[in-house]
Amino acid sequence: MIRRALIPRAVLAAAAALCLSAALPAPAEAQNFRIGLREDPDILDPTLARTFVGRIVFASLCDKLFDINERLEIVPQLATGHRWEDPRTLVITLRDGVRFHDGEAMDAEAVRISLDRHLNLQGSFRRAEIGIITGMEVVDRLNIRIRLREPSAAFLSQLTDRAGMIMSPRALEAAGRNFGNRPVCAGPFRFVERVAQDRIVVERFADYWDAGRIHLNRITYLPIPDSTVRLANLQSGALELVQTIDPDDVPAVRRNSRLRLSVGDELGYQSIAYNMGNGPRGQGPLGQDVRIRTAFELAIDRDALNRVVYEGMYVPTAQPLPPANPYHIRDFRPEPRNVERARALLREAGVTTPLRVEMTVPNNPDLRQVGEVIQAMVREAGFDLRLNAMEFASSLQAATRGEFETYLIAWSGRVDPDGNTYAFMHSRAGQNDGRYANPEVDRLLDEARTELDSEKRRELYRRIFEIAIRQDRSRIYLWHRKNIVAHTARLQGFVPVPDGLIRPQGLRLQ
Amino acid sequence: MTGFLVRRVGQIIPTLLILSLLVFGLQQLMPGDPALILAGEERGDPQVLAQIRAELMLDRPLWEQYLHWLSRVVVGDFGFSWRIRLPVSELILEKLPVTFQLATMSFVIGVVIGVPCGVLSAVWKDRPADWAINAVALFGISTPNFWLGIMLILLFSVQLGWLPPSGYVPPWEDPWQSLATTIMPAFVLGTGVASVLMRHTRAAMLGALSQDYVRTARAKGLSERVVVAKHALRNALIPVVTLGTIEFGRLLAGAVLTEQIFTIPGFGKLIVDAVFNRDYPVVQGVVLATALIFVLLSLLADLLYAAVNPRLRAA
Repeated sequence: MIRRALIPRAVLAAAAALCLSAALPAPAEAQNFRIGLREDPDILDPTLARTFVGRIVFASLCDKLFDINERLEIVPQLATGHRWEDPRTLVITLRDGVRFHDGEAMDAEAVRISLDRHLNLQGSFRRAEIGIITGMEVVDRLNIRIRLREPSAAFLSQLTDRAGMIMSPRALEAAGRNFGNRPVCAGPFRFVERVAQDRIVVERFADYWDAGRIHLNRITYLPIPDSTVRLANLQSGALELVQTIDPDDVPAVRRNSRLRLSVGDELGYQSIAYNMGNGPRGQGPLGQDVRIRTAFELAIDRDALNRVVYEGMYVPTAQPLPPANPYHIRDFRPEPRNVERARALLREAGVTTPLRVEMTVPNNPDLRQVGEVIQAMVREAGFDLRLNAMEFASSLQAATRGEFETYLIAWSGRVDPDGNTYAFMHSRAGQNDGRYANPEVDRLLDEARTELDSEKRRELYRRIFEIAIRQDRSRIYLWHRKNIVAHTARLQGFVPVPDGLIRPQGLRLQ
Repeated sequence: MTGFLVRRVGQIIPTLLILSLLVFGLQQLMPGDPALILAGEERGDPQVLAQIRAELMLDRPLWEQYLHWLSRVVVGDFGFSWRIRLPVSELILEKLPVTFQLATMSFVIGVVIGVPCGVLSAVWKDRPADWAINAVALFGISTPNFWLGIMLILLFSVQLGWLPPSGYVPPWEDPWQSLATTIMPAFVLGTGVASVLMRHTRAAMLGALSQDYVRTARAKGLSERVVVAKHALRNALIPVVTLGTIEFGRLLAGAVLTEQIFTIPGFGKLIVDAVFNRDYPVVQGVVLATALIFVLLSLLADLLYAAVNPRLRAA
């Protein structure tokens, strides 16, 4: 009898111990800052990496020559300054006393080796960003001269991202193409371990050049794809910060006194691309008649769309540059919805209504909902919009091959306006899936990328938008997203920057 | 026995060859160009795309890609992940213990709940307890894993704060944490297994309880407990054991949704991520490794049958 009574008690005790051990953080964990990412990053090699979440991890591992601040200004990081000797020649001065995680000194030769690798390693994704470099010379230990093929207003901004990350030459030589399995850079944290799809762990680098601003001992990045589970981890205290949460989850965070929300502008945009000349699907009335595209856009109420699907969190727009961008054209605003005018335009175009139009939509819940709301809106103007929800990889291929009529597609955005415009608007650019072509827009885009005077450059972008967006209706820009970061109330020092990266400098847990 | 063994092993080789062709061929039917996915936002640069295709041999004829892959696989080299550039064999070996642990825990939960409930349900046939157990089993079979998973997370992690909502800790690092991180996903998977086992145990027990030998046992004056446990259950368990091994094999192949929700880095999550990223070497490697496990398990079962039943050796 006694034995029988003891067994359930032992089981209960074990269960209680299990629950307690799971719930109470060990002292070591208190120093561990855990960040929930929306997906597992790809390879941690600045030359070969391409995912956004990878950049979040790089923010702790690899410092760059330059960085951007919350006002999108370019500020020095591993560099202390730069000067243009002429519009094609840039001299960068480096910070003295910087060490890589393996103890090697960071100098001009290391910068040359890293940039050279970005330019020449097979499979490099950085070549497209800095391929304009024609030569490099080490002037002295702390100065490097970079020669460009032509003047470039965007070049410096490229060095604020992975192209500007400097890697240890010794580690590069030892690891070669496997450098990403154990990256060695000059960031505030050094690589500890990576378990694919589970975690990436970095620990504080004692010899970091800006060590006074680093207050965390260890950061663990945990990829958690499901947004509900990501939020549940934050609510239960298993994470200190989540990289992004859905607008739907914002009220739950606001209600929780132990959590804080940080909402900041993002660099990118959501748009609807038209097929205007990529294969037979671009030859329909929508692709060929600007009146029909105008009618389609006038039938959409961006504000209502934003309220219905995104709780009004995003910023409706008519252009590719978000308000945070210094080149954002303030008076270039979305036109209000006008169903009567849209119907009149369709009558003028002489098409039979309802006009059947297909929209390719990446198959995720919120974008499908966006498609459905647009479907209902444009029906009132005389469009029969059919949604074609496709898994993202397949939709990309379909877009590239011209197998679409309209495509709901987002762009993560770049610091320089060239990164949000050229690749999508220029007739010979690779991401112009709809093959929009206007020689005047091409000329203006080419001019804007080499114009170093910011006032003149802004005017060039205004002209580009007036022609490509308002006159030709080459694409509908719907809204700029927001970076919605949720974190524990114990976190101090978090500054949202429009690029959405989590910079560890200044972060402190109370 | 040696001849039997040689024959069975000889049958495995063509099976695996056909399977390798199927795995390679079927994934070519998937829409979505891997080079476009790998290039990401750099997809607009034709030079980048051409380089990716050249490096990964995507610009070669399919038969050449297949033979190249096969020639490496036979020497144990499954290639490397296109996305994270780690050897596929390393990824498989890393994920296998995780999935094995989860599968074992789920299976144990399934058996512990399913078999006794099946027996009780058969013994109490058409009584309220039987209806209740059947209703619970129906709920277990029809409840989607992702819904049950989210509900458990909200209850035990967010509301009660007893268990970590997701993640994984290997048992050799911290046994308690390992148990804490896997108990919820194991329960989600285990309830599904339990429901299936319960239904089959019930059916098998009802069959056994109506047999003559059971009537004889009762006539001999044995207690109902002994009749059920020693006579009926033993015979009823034979089909249940067969079903159990199939269920265990299914669990080993990876529980896609459950691993995704609880962020368990096992086979299921590996293959889903690989499919979405068109990481072909990982997809091929995982499917082939899973198939190999199945084939080896089935070989083991055959050998055991043959050892027990000499008539099978000549077959």
